[in-house]
Amino acid sequence: MKADRKGILTGKHQLSGSQACAEGAFSAGCRFLGYYPIRPSFGVVERFIERCADGDGVFIQMEDEISALAAVLGASWTGKKSMTVTSGPGLSQMMEHVGLGVMLETPCVIVDIQRDGVSEGLPNAPGGGDIMQARWGSHGDYEIIALAPNSPQEMFDFTVKAFSLSERYRTPVLILSDPGIGRMEEEVTIPDLKDLKMEKRKYFRGNKDSYLPFKYDEKDLVPPMVDISQGYRFHVTGLTHDERGYPVMSDECQEWNVHRLVNKIRLFTDQIVEIEENQTEDADVVVVSYGVTSRDALQAVRQARKEGIKAGSLRLMTVWPFPEKRIAKLAQKIDGFVVPEINFGQIFFEVERCSRGESETLFVYHASSQVGQSADILKSIKKIAGNKN
Amino acid sequence: MKAIEKEKKHPMEQLLRMDRIPHIWCPGCGIGNAVSAFAEALDKLEFDLDKVCVVSGIGCTGRVAGYIKVDSFHTTHGRAIPYATGIKLGNPELKVVVVSGDGDLVSIGGNHFVHAARRNIDLTVICVNNFIYAMTGGQVAPTTPIPAFTTTSPFGNFESPVNVPRLAEAAGAVYVARWTALHMRRLASSIVEAFNRPGFSVVEVISPCAMYYSRTNKLGDGLDMMKFYYENSTIKHGEPTDNLDIDYQKEIIVGKFVDRERPTFTESFKSWQKE
Repeated sequence: MKADRKGILTGKHQLSGSQACAEGAFSAGCRFLGYYPIRPSFGVVERFIERCADGDGVFIQMEDEISALAAVLGASWTGKKSMTVTSGPGLSQMMEHVGLGVMLETPCVIVDIQRDGVSEGLPNAPGGGDIMQARWGSHGDYEIIALAPNSPQEMFDFTVKAFSLSERYRTPVLILSDPGIGRMEEEVTIPDLKDLKMEKRKYFRGNKDSYLPFKYDEKDLVPPMVDISQGYRFHVTGLTHDERGYPVMSDECQEWNVHRLVNKIRLFTDQIVEIEENQTEDADVVVVSYGVTSRDALQAVRQARKEGIKAGSLRLMTVWPFPEKRIAKLAQKIDGFVVPEINFGQIFFEVERCSRGESETLFVYHASSQVGQSADILKSIKKIAGNKN
Repeated sequence: MKAIEKEKKHPMEQLLRMDRIPHIWCPGCGIGNAVSAFAEALDKLEFDLDKVCVVSGIGCTGRVAGYIKVDSFHTTHGRAIPYATGIKLGNPELKVVVVSGDGDLVSIGGNHFVHAARRNIDLTVICVNNFIYAMTGGQVAPTTPIPAFTTTSPFGNFESPVNVPRLAEAAGAVYVARWTALHMRRLASSIVEAFNRPGFSVVEVISPCAMYYSRTNKLGDGLDMMKFYYENSTIKHGEPTDNLDIDYQKEIIVGKFVDRERPTFTESFKSWQKE
């Protein structure tokens, strides 16, 4: 493994999704990894550690996932881009600090290599059970950003994008992947550092006495940040706080504080959301999918087209925020959606909600053992197409 | 008039967030003493205060971060140490101090306390021990002596309390001291020593909780508790930490118990990188 002077690997490389994720983090400038060992997330960690050996990166294996994300949040306030890598049970432990990250508006990236099942489940099998946990797992009201790559190249690209979004919106950003993508090896193109599209952290540069940690800009609702040790002597708290960062226990302050946290993402949904559509223009049936399942979905759509069914595919590259408007619009003109997931229905309910009864929505339980196959998805496409006739 | 104005000022005003005074602590509480000693230590330290960072967890002592005028974080319950760990590793030039309570540090955060000590993360931990969960209304704590009363030990506590210095030493802390809220000067000196000792240092501060602990156990007010400390605390530097259990209303041994050298996490990490 050879990296250039700045520690960035560039050019074409045969990489697994996990390795590509670690490289993406490095390219994005991430230099802090806090983690706790869990299957099947370790590919990312191993690669990151290798890269720390001859660079300026720092990693620490914490005593659990609670502390892993706590350390990541702390490191982020020193100006270091920071991330953690985990899987379902670990993500469950991290949830309190997802909330703290949201409340203190701390940029960081959480890579979740989703495994299948409730509790310990199937530790090595691809899963899609953390989709709603990513959205709603921490207590209280908040919005979150989550991306779902479907190839090693996207593991690289989306990791870079996740850092970029986390800096732009000052929020934790999740990458919802799975071991199907994590272990998959493909050629990954890593661009030069200068060609990476990265939003920079917005810093406060004013007078030392005039810094208010949560005084936000009206145009993007995001307050500028400072690093620890820059002399601003600031205070921040996970309690409901005013623009000084001091706790204020009132409804007015709660509204001022939390509503903005929600709005700084909700009002910018159109700018954040990225979806990929295939043959939806004339489609009667649209398969909505994400992550590793989207590869099977696309295969099913192609087969359906061969068989004369007007099928299309909508892939969620951004899972959260959800592309409500687009789903609602499609619902008005198509006969139905097919939603395959490696769970018993999570995004399915979102699609059903957004289609507002305008079209049928069919769920496909695409078990982890079915990854790589598309017959079950095709069957559901045919069912909707058949219902029409 | 000028003299009066001058007297009105707190001597550590430059280190405190005066815009947040009055603070939330009850009359007779010892946390204010701990804050004063901490501020005095910061003043004595001759360290660039822009490079000092305070992290607190949740609870009465968890509010300390909000009153000290340096970069400061009020985080989640029990997780001040891992949060501080990230800060320290993110910028090793910083002096990172964790100020929190006994429930926060050795109950919900107990595992972090142990592992940060084991790794010898360069942090100073000031653990204010008032033997009770006060913020939540006076429940039994991991430090409550047998058989003290609390709202959740109405017939007296029957669980063995944690001996904080012994836990710290066993886990690997390089500096361990204990004082009461009465020993302001010695406490401040200990905090300075802890700052200057690279690695995981722990200073325990036995503090009165006049609102819950004293009242439930009919021990009087904060001042009565101070009098008790005055009459019952014994300075024994170097006392083996095994002997530092605190029995109900018995002698409290204070002093400096551990002062040793071990490579810090950052030093070990750098030597790993060189190899």
